[in-house]
Amino acid sequence: MKLSENEQRLLTELIGRTVEGPGAFSLRKDGESAVLRSGEKITVTKKADRPGINVVIADGATESVHVPVLITKTGHQERVYNTFIVGNNCDVQIIAGCGIHNPGEETSAHDGVHEIIVGENSRVVYTEKHIGEGGRGKRVMNPQTKVKVGANSSIIMNMAQIGGIDDAYRQTEIELAEKASVKISERVMTDGEQRTESKVIINMYGDGASSLIESRSVAKGRSHQVIETMINAYARSKGHVECNSLLMDEGKVKSIPGLNALSPEAELTHEAAIGKIAGEQLIKLMSLGLSEQEAQEAILAGFMK
Amino acid sequence: MLKVDKVRYLVENGAETREILKGLTLEFPDNQITAITGRNGGGKTTLAHILMGIKQPTAGKVLLDGKDITNLSISERGKLGISYAFQHPPRFQGITVWDMLRYANPEITRESACELLFTVGLEPGKYLQREVNKALSGGETKRIELATVFARRNRVLILDEPEAGVDLWSFGHLVKAIKKYAAEHDVITIIISHSKELLNIADQVVIICDGEIMPDWESCNLRCAPI
Ligand SMILES: Nc1ncnc2c1ncn2[C@@H]1O[C@H](COP(=O)(O)OP(=O)(O)O)[C@@H](O)[C@H]1O
Ligand SMILES: [Mg+2]
Repeated sequence: MKLSENEQRLLTELIGRTVEGPGAFSLRKDGESAVLRSGEKITVTKKADRPGINVVIADGATESVHVPVLITKTGHQERVYNTFIVGNNCDVQIIAGCGIHNPGEETSAHDGVHEIIVGENSRVVYTEKHIGEGGRGKRVMNPQTKVKVGANSSIIMNMAQIGGIDDAYRQTEIELAEKASVKISERVMTDGEQRTESKVIINMYGDGASSLIESRSVAKGRSHQVIETMINAYARSKGHVECNSLLMDEGKVKSIPGLNALSPEAELTHEAAIGKIAGEQLIKLMSLGLSEQEAQEAILAGFMK
Repeated sequence: MLKVDKVRYLVENGAETREILKGLTLEFPDNQITAITGRNGGGKTTLAHILMGIKQPTAGKVLLDGKDITNLSISERGKLGISYAFQHPPRFQGITVWDMLRYANPEITRESACELLFTVGLEPGKYLQREVNKALSGGETKRIELATVFARRNRVLILDEPEAGVDLWSFGHLVKAIKKYAAEHDVITIIISHSKELLNIADQVVIICDGEIMPDWESCNLRCAPI
């Protein structure tokens, strides 16, 4: 399997490395499985009944698995189901991502349905990037991610949609057992006529569970975002939501941070802010000799980091 | 030399117009420290903003080395080497102390960055990679702000109440550091302050009260006497 230069570049932007190198790896390209490779304690196989893969991570694994998706054909549309089963006492990284380079006029779309089931006493870092680029044809992504986190386990989820996606409906749902924790960092950038809706729901079922959502988004051009977060606390648990959105040009953002305490011992807090780049931030950087444009870029780059 | 010439600054508040600066004329000589003091609300920060280009004077001029810079933008003044350490520095997201120092001086080395942090009383190992965000205390942001302006190649250095939030022990170091910086660089230093120690290192002290320069504290007290 050989990737074009353009595909290599997109892949590197997506997951920070190429196919070569160690570790479990699955590359899906234009609907085909282009690379399928297991690791030491990570087994990657194709699903028998529908498009997608099963990733089984054995107890005690301390390694990473990369599962990128590339679409480079205009008009290619797919729905893919990936299942990750993480054992006990693991310390693993799952690096996912989808890059659409749509060269033509037709809509290309990837709907990734991810299910992650984490055992006990495990640490998981899940990183997912979505990038769209190319010609006039639309790039559409509707990622759905469902996660179950077992007792004493934690998952860190870094999810970024950093540009070029015309239409997205992102759904993330997390379930936490006793003393399980999740930290979600979400970054969304839209421009032009793009639309993105993101919904994150966390259900804390176990005592001692904790969750943190840190969502940051930038709406440029005439784009429109709806960012919805909800933490449901069914047990003695803690949760915090932080949603910050920056408006530029004619961008619009609707932010709905929700907290739902269903246990008298729940502790839930939230902060939400929508607004333009603070004038004093721009002034500070300009007083150091940056132009207004440079100052704006520096602030945005930091914000989306 | 930096000069403000008959600078007035008016704000309109509905039907009412307030004169925040009432025609100030003031010279800041090369290689000298000028301290500006006076009661809160007197117009000191407003004057600093006019020097930096953050606010435009309603009337009057700002001259640097005889050149009228009144219409230059903030960025242009920044490029000329005018620096302003804010009274209340803004917080950012995702921008580290190291990033700030690099914006202040793209050529800065790690060594000199660490040295600067040390000078303002911050442990470099702990702070260089910290984000300049709202998790920092007021005193920490003030010190980072100072390090940031010290990092630049300055023609004019304006410090707005640098003592705020800095504990006594570090404050002694800070006074020395400012004095040393002023002595070792070809710079016009302007310190807005209420601190005796900082007024003591100044070559000239200017009292601004109610938008005007006062000859002494007594006149200021008379002017601003509580009703
Ligand atoms: N944009 C503004 N609108 C109305 N009043 C202002 C504005 N900016 C400053 N002021 C007022 O100008 C006065 C001087 O403020 P400032 O320059 O911050 O004083 P100082 O730094 O000496 O404490 C204060 O009374 C302040 O409330
Ligand atoms: Mg002030």
